[in-house]
Amino acid sequence: MNKNKLNVWHIFSLLLLVFDLLFIVYPLFNVLKNSIIIDHQFSLAHFVRFFGDSYYLDTLINSLKVAFVVTLTSLFFGILLAYANTIYELKGSLFLQIVTILCSMSAPFVGAYSWILLLGRGGAITTFLKDVLNVAAPSIYGFGGIVLVMTTKLFPLVYLYVSGALKGIDQSLMEAAENLQCTGFKRFTKVVLPLCMPSILAVALMVFLRAMADFGTPVLIGEGYRTFSVEIYKQYIGEGGMDHGFAAAISIIAIMITAVIFFTQKAVSKRFSFKMDSMHPIQKQKAEGLFGVLLHVYSYLVVAISFMPQLYIIYTSFRNVSKSGNTFVAGYSLNNYKAFLARMGQAVPTTLLIGVVTLALTLVIAVLTAYLIVRRNNKINSALDTLSMIPYIVPGSVVGISMVMGFSTGPLVLTGTMAIMIIAIAIRRMPYTIRSSVATLQQIPLTVEEAAESLGCSKFKTFIKITVPMMMRGIISGAIVSWITILTELSSSIILYSSKTTTLTLSTYIFVSRGTLGPAAASASILTLFTTVSLLLFFKLTKSSDLAL
Amino acid sequence: MEVNIRINHALKKYGDNVVIPDLSLDIKPGEFFTLLGPSGCGKTTLLRMIAGFNSIEGGDFYFNDTRINDMEPSKRNIGMVFQNYAIFPHMSVRKNVEFGLVNKKKPKDQIKTISEKYMKLMHIDEYADRMPSQLSGGQQQRVALARALAIEPDVLLMDEPLSNLDAKLRVEMRQVIKEVQQEVGITTVYVTHDQEEAMAVSDRIAVFKSGVIQQIGTPHQLYQRPQNTFVAFFIGRSNLLDGKLVHEGGKTFVVFNNGFRQEMTNIVDCEDQEVKISVRPEEFVMSDDGTGISGVVEQTTFLGISTNYFIRTDHGERVEVNEESQVGKSLQKGDRVCLKVKAHKINVFNKEGSASLVVKEV
Repeated sequence: MNKNKLNVWHIFSLLLLVFDLLFIVYPLFNVLKNSIIIDHQFSLAHFVRFFGDSYYLDTLINSLKVAFVVTLTSLFFGILLAYANTIYELKGSLFLQIVTILCSMSAPFVGAYSWILLLGRGGAITTFLKDVLNVAAPSIYGFGGIVLVMTTKLFPLVYLYVSGALKGIDQSLMEAAENLQCTGFKRFTKVVLPLCMPSILAVALMVFLRAMADFGTPVLIGEGYRTFSVEIYKQYIGEGGMDHGFAAAISIIAIMITAVIFFTQKAVSKRFSFKMDSMHPIQKQKAEGLFGVLLHVYSYLVVAISFMPQLYIIYTSFRNVSKSGNTFVAGYSLNNYKAFLARMGQAVPTTLLIGVVTLALTLVIAVLTAYLIVRRNNKINSALDTLSMIPYIVPGSVVGISMVMGFSTGPLVLTGTMAIMIIAIAIRRMPYTIRSSVATLQQIPLTVEEAAESLGCSKFKTFIKITVPMMMRGIISGAIVSWITILTELSSSIILYSSKTTTLTLSTYIFVSRGTLGPAAASASILTLFTTVSLLLFFKLTKSSDLAL
Repeated sequence: MEVNIRINHALKKYGDNVVIPDLSLDIKPGEFFTLLGPSGCGKTTLLRMIAGFNSIEGGDFYFNDTRINDMEPSKRNIGMVFQNYAIFPHMSVRKNVEFGLVNKKKPKDQIKTISEKYMKLMHIDEYADRMPSQLSGGQQQRVALARALAIEPDVLLMDEPLSNLDAKLRVEMRQVIKEVQQEVGITTVYVTHDQEEAMAVSDRIAVFKSGVIQQIGTPHQLYQRPQNTFVAFFIGRSNLLDGKLVHEGGKTFVVFNNGFRQEMTNIVDCEDQEVKISVRPEEFVMSDDGTGISGVVEQTTFLGISTNYFIRTDHGERVEVNEESQVGKSLQKGDRVCLKVKAHKINVFNKEGSASLVVKEV
């Protein structure tokens, strides 16, 4: 074969490389430039200001604190639920699984908002406690509230990862442990947990990075507790003085910190990598006696607390609100929905349009990149592999800022367009979809493609007729997660949106931040309806209840 | 059209690691040719070079007079059967078999008749509309073969096609493969590490070691006249004994370690020298007259049709002897025996074991 011949794959490699360089590297380079160039001169003044002022430094420490604690609590609740629902026969096991997944799929701040309605000043539970029992409810604002809300949203990720790992453990390993007199809790810590360690480490990183970069939750519920992602936004939007250079500097610091965490995790997980062939998955045990009751109580309680906010939002969406729009009054109606549709009705088609286009773009990029990485490895494609992982460690708000800094002036102006939002969200999603496509592709034996070639199929035709259909299952289960994350994207689009590109998530956020309760609840409910219906449809069509994150 | 495959000075490298240094082959039209060798010997690599899935670092590959080095795999018109079958899991049996014909843009009615013909030939026509996941391993293998043959390829390449099947099915399928190959009359290159399988199906076999062909020959030639000790050991079982080759009074003898002399009539013209004598278990004879290689029975295994003995010679060598079972008791552990050899069957090699000193009959 003539290796120097330019074929269709070389063209795809180059196109993807241009895409990555243009929309990932170039914008970030602009952020870096903005952070160290002041009035055309090199200066570290922004960094000196950040580290010299505890006001700013605190935001970073706060974010790290939140991320650390949320990771621990999510691991605790997630692992325990996964263990309960995978090793033991729980009643309504499938129901628990689906509701857990639904918890993780809500828009990031809907939970926060709902908790405020329940436990905030004038919240339903707060009022109830004060009026009826005459006790003060614990404050939902600040550190505790952030941790609570993020945990209820992020523990399902841990649950999904760890239950996947548990299903990969061979029954004979459990029996061998028992045979060697290692049972019960000891078996859990000595055998089960270590076997899940690769998955636990992987999901711990994911939870940490998401908790650290989350914007919606702290901005609503944090009040005096300031985190860096909110600070970047404030500096950028200009609450208390617009300072793009300073926002860029905070972004660079944030990326460096997440990069350190990312590489530390990689180094640690190398020590825990092993292969396991599971021929006989674990058989569920009966949960009997008091232990069984405790398992059920725990599982249902965790899931109920996490899911309650979504239900409560839907409930309030039917309640009547006062003329001013900031208190609920007696009676139920569809008025909130009417108000929402009148003011922001355009958000529904906009969301669907942005969602579909972004999903298509993400999938095409992911499948092509994965194919090039796995099947046509060369220097350019290895570079694609590395480049496409960059967004994994870049917080969403930084992606947003980088896009503005890259494309508001110069040869390519995209700010305010739908394209810039689509590209930003697609880039945010790329690391996940590419990783899952790579994993899918690695499981497909190369010989199947070779068979097609030997039967007279050209390389590109083989890709379309054989490779893509065989990857389809993996692609679809990755696509559903992408679809929902795209619908609920806030941290980058809050910086990039214009009146024409207001999605449901953004409209909900806008109503919430204006304090207009009714349309906010209606908007959030429609969003919840979208994500729930998408998921249930997916489960129905694929006849499975597993997701590939 | 029957196609001959010629390979001249093939070279295969992965980086600086030379897998096949310099290999030439001439496979006759319609021949069932097998590449046999231990794992990692380069046999699959060579097959994949013929198929076009491995790059060729040097040398020329020809199908008849067409040089195929730079031809895309999809243009070589080869039928290939893979170790893991490589059936397209998202297509029915019929779609799998039709796949190559559709790519060739044959007319619809032809696609139907040709695929029907090969599904019938492989006895899978009754499963035509099933999905591959509903088929057993043996049935999937039949689909793979039908699919490869349906494009009426110039050559058929098979890469360890039976190694994923159980023992009984393996024997059954190799018979099927051989019969189908003879019926279709297509030039076939077959890769396996199983010498028994190779012997059963092949017209000729090339025995590989470290990317170098040790011997090319018919199953008969390889078994009866191996060209070096590697082949003698790889094909069938052999005992290797030290000895000397001496010429005396116009006669040639091999002298075993204990001094037992066996006259030989088929030794090539050569000097007296130290030699390796390769004796297969069935080439020993228990001697009655007390002469020969003496030893003690260490183990007896009664196999029904024959009886296998391990015998420790007085010189300390352990040899395996196979004898037709006798009525009554076999020899027992500790019994003393004397062994002679069937002179026309044994093989004599130089001291290094790299060359045979026996005249090639054919």
